[in-house]
Amino acid sequence: MTVDADRLRKLIEAMAQSIFAHADELTALDQAIGDGDHGLNMKRGFEAILRDVDPAAAPLPDTLKSIGMTLVMSVGGASGPLFGTLFMTLGKELPPAPSRDDVVRAGEAAIAAIKARGKSEVGQKTMLDVLRPALDAFAASEDVVQAANQAAEATVPMKAMRGRASFLGERSIGHMDPGARSSALLIAAATDTLGRS
Amino acid sequence: MKKLINTPETVLAESLDGFAAAHADIVTLAEDRKFVRRAKLTPGKVALVSGGGSGHEPLHAGFVGYGMLDAACPGQVFTSPTPDQMLAAAQAVDGGAGILFIVKNYEGDTMNFDMAAEMAGGEVMTVLTNDDVAVESSTYTTGRRGVAGTLIVEKIVGAAAENNVDLAGLKALGDRVNSRTRSMGVALTSCTVPEAGAPTFQISDDEMEMGVGIHGEPGRRRVKLASADAIANEMVAAITDDLADKGDALLLVNGFGGTPLMELYLMYNSARADLEKRGFKVQRSLVGNYVTSLEMAGCSITVSLMDEETLGLWDAPVHTPAFRMNM
Repeated sequence: MTVDADRLRKLIEAMAQSIFAHADELTALDQAIGDGDHGLNMKRGFEAILRDVDPAAAPLPDTLKSIGMTLVMSVGGASGPLFGTLFMTLGKELPPAPSRDDVVRAGEAAIAAIKARGKSEVGQKTMLDVLRPALDAFAASEDVVQAANQAAEATVPMKAMRGRASFLGERSIGHMDPGARSSALLIAAATDTLGRS
Repeated sequence: MKKLINTPETVLAESLDGFAAAHADIVTLAEDRKFVRRAKLTPGKVALVSGGGSGHEPLHAGFVGYGMLDAACPGQVFTSPTPDQMLAAAQAVDGGAGILFIVKNYEGDTMNFDMAAEMAGGEVMTVLTNDDVAVESSTYTTGRRGVAGTLIVEKIVGAAAENNVDLAGLKALGDRVNSRTRSMGVALTSCTVPEAGAPTFQISDDEMEMGVGIHGEPGRRRVKLASADAIANEMVAAITDDLADKGDALLLVNGFGGTPLMELYLMYNSARADLEKRGFKVQRSLVGNYVTSLEMAGCSITVSLMDEETLGLWDAPVHTPAFRMNM
């Protein structure tokens, strides 16, 4: 699949608009089990991307890398390094015109990199709990968006074991993980722009 | 939300500008407000760089100056700063003897400082502070948080750096001080992040959050408000039960921003009596608002076991915006 500058611009636009539209919701989720700034931080990151990343200037891999680097340098907190690592790894692993297999391979690499950066595993109530099932659904040609949304819902009964939510222990149960929700939003925005295949 | 601000978006920038102007004899604010550094650097010594989310003032920028930090990176409120800030700070204050990062143990901070250390290459070491005993089951969490004890690590390691102790020596000293320091906090009210506009948590007039962190994040449990003596007793017990040793100690009673000094000294009085009953000798003391959580009411108690060396380093001259002794 070729992703030209126009598609890339639409991809960035769609992800940013989805984050902006849901910023208050993400912040509210974070107030329940974190420190109440996830929506604000992600919004700041995507504002920086809209301002600083020019999709016409570079092919897909380089644009993904600069999206990642912009998130790392503008978001801060844990979300900056983690979402930054996601996009930087995808940029490093994907060829300019990726096949389906390329996407699966790059997705695996990104999940491994996020695990290493966050010293975390699937099942600890984090963004990994959405990325893992979403990638599995993509590899199996199933509905990625549905898988991501269901996976985000599935973090509600989980007990947090990483990040500030982990300090809540049992009290983290009953709330959706904010990073899982934003991951599902980004996956939905990307799927809408790039198609489901 | 009722705050002395212009707009929520500009709170940090305007506050940093004011801080830098008020203390221009000691500190300089870097371009794009990436970091605060000493106005006058000492070449040849290891440079101490810290940083973290804002909202904990005076930590960390208030401790930049002779005898403590060389630079501090302010993040957004309660959000870790970014690796480019740390990298720029390290490069600006590098005196040729290496860089020591002092990092509070939160995933955001450790990940961003890790990335900065990877990008910096060269001689960078990190001391991670994790003095908060309120986090009980560290196997199932991110681990204990770095809270007010961080100030003690920054002071003692900062003094040793002025004595030209090398990077590995400072790292070992910082780890040792951290390992002999414990803190526990209690909150009576929540705090409001300016950009969020609403309190981080809800708490009734007759409740307190025991074991609270410094971002208004919850601690051990929500309980009914008790007397100062009972609160101090629970906190001191949690701290001393966790320390392997007793003996000479530094006692820090730290306000979270919304509690008057009158109450902090009352808590100090209670904690000190309790500590001495348990066989500790309070050799040094500090009472005040040093590691805050915006306008949260409440305080933390920190006990740090001291020896001849660390007592000497604690007493060494220091001249920073928020902490000045013997010079």
